[in-house]
Amino acid sequence: MTDVSSAIAARATPATPPPSAASRIEGSSRGDRVYRWATTGFALLIPILLTFIAWEVFAAGWPALKRFGFSFFFTSDWDAVNEHFGAAPAIFGTIVSSIIALVLATPLAVGVAIFLSEFAPTWVRQPVAFLVDLLAAIPSVVYGLWGILVMVPMLRDHVIPFFKNTLHLGDTPLFSGPAYGPSMLAAGCILAIMVLPYISAVTREVLAAVPRSQREAALALGATRWEMIWDAVLPFARSGIIGGIILGLGRALGETMAVTMVIGNRHEISASLIAPGYTMASVIANEFSEATNDVHVSALMAIGAGLLVVAIVVNAIARWLVWQTGRAGGGQ
Amino acid sequence: MTASAVPRRAAHRSYREELAASTQRTLARRRIVSRVMIGLTYLAAVLATLPLILILYYLIRVGASSVNWSFFTKIPAPVGEQGGMANAIVGTGILVLIASAIGLPVGIGAGLYLAEQRGTKLANVVRFLSDVLNGLPSIVLGIFAWQVLVRPVKHFSALAGGVALAAMMIPLVTRATEEMIRLVPVSMREAALALGYPKWRTSLSVVLRTALPGIVTGALVAVARIAGETAPLLFTAFGNSFWSFSPAQPIAALPMQIYTYAISPYDEWHAQAWAGALVLLTLVLVISLAARFATRSRFGLGGD
Repeated sequence: MTDVSSAIAARATPATPPPSAASRIEGSSRGDRVYRWATTGFALLIPILLTFIAWEVFAAGWPALKRFGFSFFFTSDWDAVNEHFGAAPAIFGTIVSSIIALVLATPLAVGVAIFLSEFAPTWVRQPVAFLVDLLAAIPSVVYGLWGILVMVPMLRDHVIPFFKNTLHLGDTPLFSGPAYGPSMLAAGCILAIMVLPYISAVTREVLAAVPRSQREAALALGATRWEMIWDAVLPFARSGIIGGIILGLGRALGETMAVTMVIGNRHEISASLIAPGYTMASVIANEFSEATNDVHVSALMAIGAGLLVVAIVVNAIARWLVWQTGRAGGGQ
Repeated sequence: MTASAVPRRAAHRSYREELAASTQRTLARRRIVSRVMIGLTYLAAVLATLPLILILYYLIRVGASSVNWSFFTKIPAPVGEQGGMANAIVGTGILVLIASAIGLPVGIGAGLYLAEQRGTKLANVVRFLSDVLNGLPSIVLGIFAWQVLVRPVKHFSALAGGVALAAMMIPLVTRATEEMIRLVPVSMREAALALGYPKWRTSLSVVLRTALPGIVTGALVAVARIAGETAPLLFTAFGNSFWSFSPAQPIAALPMQIYTYAISPYDEWHAQAWAGALVLLTLVLVISLAARFATRSRFGLGGD
């Protein structure tokens, strides 16, 4: 309306200053409003999408959750014929494989991060950092392929016999039973390789946030180079590194393809690391195509809902820890 | 009492010597510990890169001998016949296109918002939730797309696969856009505003344009990431042994085809899986390198 009236005014009295400037400001503020609304809309899509995802996943799993109640997560029956389902073995497998992965990956990841940020000669730094980052770029299915065709036979023929015969651990529960190949140990190993770059990247970031003065003070007090790291840098970076480990945990919990291919896919809780197992994500991936009745499908989706909740909680904790270290480092 | 005076003086002297000697010893020990621990970090670096080298070694050794012309031109064939993954390569391309068509506008728009409305409550909430979305297991996104787009119509489709991948892509693009826009100097924005540009044009044709190379990089990294995804496609795009170009039909994808062949019992199919994995990894690496190239050469001046 203002446009029209100003245009009329302009035509009626050409002697007055041209309205272009005024209408441009007018138009631009409208453009600004549209722009603002558009970007806000896109930004709002993210919370909406997340809510929608959570809602739909729970809706998909609801029939099973309603039917079995909370005991769904604590029982270990998995009988598609009699429609009886319990997710305990899958949850157990998820936890155990993730723990193995973190135990194997954390020292390596933190070690390589310390190496890169403190000790590495300049010419080594970039190539090694590139190679470690490259690990994160390899698709999960490629890890799975390598795992099933190279790593699993290697574990079965060399590593497990070493533990059983040379170290005489065959009688302990951890290494009891025959080694078929696909196993909890294999899943843990492949996961360790996969989460290593994430833990290492966060640790490097956190180490970079530790103030120089912290290092210089330690060296000035006569600390050796390692004591400087151990007593001055690592305590400062601790919560951030823990955040990185938890972030790695989040990756390990949700990892699907590689684990499905090497874990053996069996619904059983076993203390033995060389026995096959299952994880929450791999149950869904492996059984979806063979699930024929609605209860079975819904049980798989209910496991997905559980996975969603765990992933959100684990990630929230990790982000909070990393954010805290960043704040402490920036504040000083 | 008096008898002890002499020994005490002697003891005193030897105590000082003892102290000096022990300090020397501790120092030596501390130095050795330091050396050993630093050596262990070197070892960690070697061990951390070892798996990558092993994986690349097997991929190239086994994969390269199985990649041939028919791999790129034929569709999967039964065991014993010469087949390929042509339809799966095209399928992955179509899935990535669908995902990008949805994911890029949303991600860039949300990234613009986060960079420009920095510090507001909504921006902080959106940034946090975008991180949460990024942390969701990809298979959960597959369940979501299945529930929304497959279950109601009762058949699998490329569109559902693309949507699941788009949900993965959005947080990656959002984050990259926000970070790149924050790198644009405030003076550029101010200069444009001072010349009478409205805010929205400043944002789109000055700030966004300057940040474009970085955003292209971020988008390519996101594409590289989703191109290798298998889990969300299992019950959305589902896979297809034949050619398909329709978004409404099940479609093949390279990672899914690799999975199918890898868990089969046939050596011949294993060889195909290795070939597929080599092609997939090459694709992913080429896209990642293209991302670096895009940042450096063409827009190199714009960033500064």
